[in-house]
This record gives sequence, structure tokens and C-alpha cells, in this order.
Amino acid sequence: MEKKKCGLQLYIHYISINVRSMMQYKSSFVLTVIGQFLVSFNVFLGIYFMFQRFHQVKGYTYSEVLLCFSIMLMEFSLAECFARGFDTFSTMVKKGEFDRVMVRPRNEILQVLGSKFELTRIGRMLQAIVMFIYGIACSEIQWTVAKVLTIVFMLVGGMALFTGIFLIYAALCFFTLDGLEFMNVLTDGAREYGKYPIGVYGKRMVQICTFIVPYALVQYYPFLYLLGRRTSGVYVVLPLLAILFMFPCYGLWRVGVRHYKSSGS
Amino acid sequence: MKKYLSFFRIRFLMGVQYRAAALAGVVTQFVWGGMEILIFKAFYEANAEAFPMTFQATTSYIWLQQAFLAFFMAWMMESEIFDSIVNGNIAYELCRPVRIYSMWFARSVANRLSKGVLRCFPILIFAAFLPAPYGMAAPESISSFLWFLLTMVLGLLVTVSFCMLIYVLTFFTISPQGLRIFFVSMVEFFAGSVIPLPFFPDKIRTIMELLPFAAMQNVPLRIYSGDLAGTYLIKPIVLQVIWLILLTVFGYFLCRYAEKRVSLQGG
Repeated sequence: MEKKKCGLQLYIHYISINVRSMMQYKSSFVLTVIGQFLVSFNVFLGIYFMFQRFHQVKGYTYSEVLLCFSIMLMEFSLAECFARGFDTFSTMVKKGEFDRVMVRPRNEILQVLGSKFELTRIGRMLQAIVMFIYGIACSEIQWTVAKVLTIVFMLVGGMALFTGIFLIYAALCFFTLDGLEFMNVLTDGAREYGKYPIGVYGKRMVQICTFIVPYALVQYYPFLYLLGRRTSGVYVVLPLLAILFMFPCYGLWRVGVRHYKSSGS
Repeated sequence: MKKYLSFFRIRFLMGVQYRAAALAGVVTQFVWGGMEILIFKAFYEANAEAFPMTFQATTSYIWLQQAFLAFFMAWMMESEIFDSIVNGNIAYELCRPVRIYSMWFARSVANRLSKGVLRCFPILIFAAFLPAPYGMAAPESISSFLWFLLTMVLGLLVTVSFCMLIYVLTFFTISPQGLRIFFVSMVEFFAGSVIPLPFFPDKIRTIMELLPFAAMQNVPLRIYSGDLAGTYLIKPIVLQVIWLILLTVFGYFLCRYAEKRVSLQGG
């Protein structure tokens, strides 16, 4: 217990260092935030103009899709905000900086996480929140405690899921020494194409996203519950199942750490 | 001219070396294309009459877009050029008896061409074997295929000359970060990589088609699928040529101006 508390304190300390150093370059920070906003704003405009023409897709209306997109975007940017250290992990391995992490008497994941904290993701977050409010205002959902809980669980589960994927990405660096471009499909691809409820992509895609990489658990199924298309209470806690995804990811990471051979100079 | 050709050659040969990276790119682009098609299929099923192109034309458009991503995507810029401006290595380039603009231009074209050539064939071949409305169709006719090739070259040059503007503007702002992300998202949207231009409402589309961004991927990809044909061809092609001349001339003189008052960074 004592050690855990220390870990948390250490992490908060890491974050405060990161934030302070970022604030030294204020204009760069602001520009990056605006940039983050613009990139997802493009996706939003794409959805807007598609719905101008088609009005609905597979029975989902414009505001419903926005709600879905905003939740997915929030899950992703939260995870990215905290777990960004994994994303830049390949440089850490390449330069041999991981050696330093290994010799310190603290958990290595904590140190990698602390190495980077991306506050600039609030640009994306801001966009998500605006769409979220708009989506909620227009989608005529009958709010209950269970539905509010569902959203909270979706955020928690989604964050865990994406953190898990980032963890795999980092773990693979131990073997390949370089980030694998293919992993972008699982991170950026999921963010990009998670804008529509997964059901839109057909049954096969729902199966893949349930059993292989469980996106559907944090997006499609609970979303159906939110819209009132499913009523079973199981859908409320389903997003939390996605947390289980982190176990194999952690396992892979452990194998990776054991496999680590120092590189760099 | 000869020296720029050798810059082109060196860069091209260098780009072709990265085959493993290209393979990873191909796989990623394939998934991307597939997802994109699934979305459009869902919209097509929602309301087939509201679809502005045929479904087959849309899928061909998407596969070509993925195959030639390296030709037209504005974000595929060379960080080496930005770095040389930021850290002052540009000083060496300035000493050389070459025009910076022409050298970078040759180099960017070579870079995009090499990446595109490596990646396009696996995607095109695989897409050609997919069942009918989901795969790549053969071009409408031989003449439309020839027009496609011509406009693709023009589109590539317009894309490069636009990116050149961003490089040159970095001389003035020093940090490329803001400029780059702003222009890149603008190009993405107006060039039709978020959604193809025909999917926009007519009023907005007529304006968008006049902008330089529409002279990039929009023209060749739509010609290939037969969405643009006959007399409709003339206007976009003329626009491509006009924008290419305007952007290059403007970029060239802006670069000359920047070279004269450049202050070197770093040490």
C-alpha cells in the first residue's frame, strides 16, 4: 500500500514536470492544440456533409452518429493523453534509454508512462465534448442512472482498451526496434472509423471487433443500449469487460521486457 | 537542368530502398480502403438515389486513392527539409550553385514518385481481383486512361508545388508545426480525401472545384472511373495547368525573396 501511494505521487510528479516543460513553449503548445482540433474537425465535416445528402445510415441519425463519434474520440484522446509514452517508446528502445528505466527501483511501466504526457490532446477532447453535448441535446435519449453509468463505463473501458493497444505497440518495439506502421490500423484507424457505430460496417466486422480486438464492447453494444435499442442490463457493464484485454497486452509486455537487448550508444 | 535531374534520380533510388516500410504501408492502406468502402456501401444502401457517382466509380476512386496515396497526400512532406530550415543546415544548401526551389521541387517529386511506385502495384492488383462492385474496375476507355495518366502527373505536380509553398513559408515562421498542420488539414478536406468532392452539396462543390486543391487527386481519380468525361474534361484540366503555373511561379519568387533575407538558425 505504501509503495502504491508512492507510485501515484511519482506519476503526478512526472506529469507536473511534463506540463511545466511544455508550457515553456506556449505558442507551439497552442498551435498543436489547434492542429489537433482541426484534424478531427475534418472528420466531423465529412460526417456533416454525408448526412446532408443521406440523412441516415443503417437507421442511425446524424446526432446519434455524432454522439457515437464523440464518445469514441473521448476514449481515444484520454488514453492517448496518458499513454502517449508508449507511442514514442520506439525511440526510447532505439536510443537505449530503456536501460536507465530498468536500473531504477520503480515499475518500468510507470516510468514509461511518465516520460510523456500529451496535454495537447485537449484540442481533440474539446471537439469531442462539443459534439457530445450537441449529440445529447438532439438525440432524444431518455436518461436514466443506468445510461449515465454506461457512458462512464464506456469511457473507462475504452481508455483501458486503447491503453492496451498502445502497450502492445510498445511491447512489439522490443522485438522490432521500430514502431510498426501496421499498428496504426488499430489506433488511428479505430479512431477514424469508430466514428460510425460498428454495426454500419456489417456483421463480420462486428464479430472481429467483439472477439479479436474488442472495440464493439466499448462502442457498439453499449451505444445500442444508450439509444434504447437494447434493454438488457448486461449492456451497461459490458464496456468494463474490455479491461480484460489489458491482461494479454501486459503479458506481451512482460515477455518483451525479458527479451530486451540494449541498443543505441 | 542536369543537376536537378540527378537530384531527382538520387532521391528516387533512395526512396525505392525502403521496401519493408512500403509493405507495411500497403497493408495499412488496404485496411483503410476496405473500411472506406464499407462506409460508402452502408450509405449506398441507405439511399442509392442520393449517390452522386455510381457505386463502382466510388470504389475505384477509393482504391486509386489508397494506391497513389504518396502522390497526393499533403502530410507526406519531407521532415528533412523542415529540419534543415529549423537547425540551420540550410546554410550548406545556400552555398551550392543550385536554386533551392528547383532542387527541393525535384527532390519532392522524386520522393513521392518512389513511394507511390513501390506501393501502388500490390494494392491495384489485389483490388482488381476483388468481386465486382467492391474491387477496381478497368478504366472506362483507353482515352480516359490516357487522360488519367496525364492528369495524375499534373495533379502530382500541383500537390508538390503547394507543399513547396509550405516549405518556403517556414523560412518566415521558423517553426513549421502550426503552418504544416493547418495547411495539411485544409488540403485534406478541400482535395477530397475526407470525402470525394461529388459528395458535397452542389453549391459548395462548384466553388471547391475552382480551388487549387481540386486540381490534385480529384481530377485524375474521377476521370479514371468515368465520372468526368467528354467536354467536362476541359475545364478541370485547364484549371490544373493554371494552378500549376501560378503556384510554381509564386513559390519560386517567394523562395527567391526568402533566400535574400533568410536568417540562419541553430549553431
